[in-house]
Amino acid sequence: MMFSAAEWAALALSLKVSLCASLFSLPFAIALAWVLARTHFWGKSIVSALVHLPLVLPPVVTGYGLLLVFGRQGVIGGFLETHFGLILAFRWTGAALAAAIMGFPLMVRVIQLAIEALDPKLEEAAKTLGAGWGARFVLIVLPLIAPGILAGGILGFAKAMGEFGATITFVANIPGQTQTLPSAIYAFLQVPGGEASALRLVTLSVIVALGAVFISDWLGRQVANRIREK
Amino acid sequence: MTLELSLSHHFETFSLQVDIQASPGVTALFGRSGAGKTTVAQAVSGLLTPQQGRITLAGSVLFDRNLGINIAPNKRRIGYVFQDGRLFPHMSVAGNLRFGKQFATNPLDPKNEQRIIDMLGLGHMLARRPGTLSGGEKQRVAIGRALLSDPRMLIMDEPLAALDTGRKAEILPYLERLRDEAALPILYISHAMDEIARLADTLVLLKAGRVMRAGPAVDILADPAAVPFIGVRHAGAVLMATVMAHHTDGLCQLSVSGGMLHLPGVTAPVGEQLRLRVLAQDIILATARPQHLSALNILPAVVTSLRFGDGPGVAVGLRVGQEQLLARITKRSANELDLSEGRQCFAILKATTVSRDSIGQ
Repeated sequence: MMFSAAEWAALALSLKVSLCASLFSLPFAIALAWVLARTHFWGKSIVSALVHLPLVLPPVVTGYGLLLVFGRQGVIGGFLETHFGLILAFRWTGAALAAAIMGFPLMVRVIQLAIEALDPKLEEAAKTLGAGWGARFVLIVLPLIAPGILAGGILGFAKAMGEFGATITFVANIPGQTQTLPSAIYAFLQVPGGEASALRLVTLSVIVALGAVFISDWLGRQVANRIREK
Repeated sequence: MTLELSLSHHFETFSLQVDIQASPGVTALFGRSGAGKTTVAQAVSGLLTPQQGRITLAGSVLFDRNLGINIAPNKRRIGYVFQDGRLFPHMSVAGNLRFGKQFATNPLDPKNEQRIIDMLGLGHMLARRPGTLSGGEKQRVAIGRALLSDPRMLIMDEPLAALDTGRKAEILPYLERLRDEAALPILYISHAMDEIARLADTLVLLKAGRVMRAGPAVDILADPAAVPFIGVRHAGAVLMATVMAHHTDGLCQLSVSGGMLHLPGVTAPVGEQLRLRVLAQDIILATARPQHLSALNILPAVVTSLRFGDGPGVAVGLRVGQEQLLARITKRSANELDLSEGRQCFAILKATTVSRDSIGQ
């Protein structure tokens, strides 16, 4: 299959955006998954609902919300621009933010399941052997939930590759700058004779998505095996 | 090194209120499920914070509610062997042992480390994963891991409860070696009197969150008044016996302070000291030395105390030489023999009633 320069640009941008989105949100997803799996506090269900909101909200609403908050006139967007010179709206960084937020609930969910499957008794044993919090997390918790973290990361990455609604609302569809794979497919379908390009990109999307789901599913089973002492 | 604790903790369904002093050696906490044994163990290790109380180990305060002291579990240096082993599944046996060593305040020198590995027979399984070990092997690794963390004391919380009889018999000798070789105070929690009779120096009987009896194990095990807490079928005193000779007919001659015993199934070499658990229900009492009797072992005894139960039974405390023995007979027999304190009698023990499991080192 031969790709045109515009198609390559869309693919490269999508990979960059998705990789950044999943890598940067992973530590936050682990922290939040830990809080949701292991702690009890008033308002936990509200936090959980907020995290999962992008999953059920129309993506265009999330995109518009991002524009309001992270746009150049927005509260956080304005702050980031004046203090760090970081502009998100209509830039690839904004696409990464939109993709991260849309993929976040999936990541948290998968990692939370891995943490819930982990028996806290093992950490108790590590405590009695003299291991402090950090050592327990690095030597016991992380290795045992690693497949879950990887699976969550891959799923988040795949979701970022497919993100369209929030992205196009927040950062528009500028070829070479904010035109990700789905945006490019949409654009090719709008012009006469673009179907062939669209079809090539559609095939690519399907392969990436299927691969991600298979790998994350396989890694999820690894978690179960490790914890069952097999 | 002495452990002293005084705790009270209220749960929804029961409350715990205990004062316990554990001297060096093995202190056994005995009680049924729900008596509060594990709660005590968890409070000592710091895994549970009691609502009230004070815990000190060799004079250093681990927990004091009033002074606001609560040392974190990972700073207490108390090794904990759990009923379910809790080996780290993603590490080999060697990895699990290394984890124990890694956080030790004074890591053991390689010679002592090797001694522990040899004592527990772990050498041949170092490369294996916990998932491939038997229950008994897992517990041995768990004990080794706890010992390598250089603990100031060891808690063993029902370490044999998840094992079948065969595995139990396989691991008990390791625990006896541990008691005799490692100069560590051990808090041993169990609801199985046979383990306690073999291992304990001091015994604490817990019932519904309260201490019923506490003191030297040999005294409590021979005390008729402690029988209701131990259970009539499990009550029985412990005698210290020395192997004198092995006879050609398969019997072993043992010397106890009250005389000689002949028992089958003893394989220990001549000169070895053994702990012999004699169940109260296996002893027959006679007021005159019986003749023409198949039972081999007849020891002269003096009745020291009698405790009449609610049922048809009587627990009779006896002195045999310098040691104590406990017998359980019926009230009818006690009345017909006219047993009372100070009465001379004979304790008869059928050789085959002492099982192999009742003979410890």
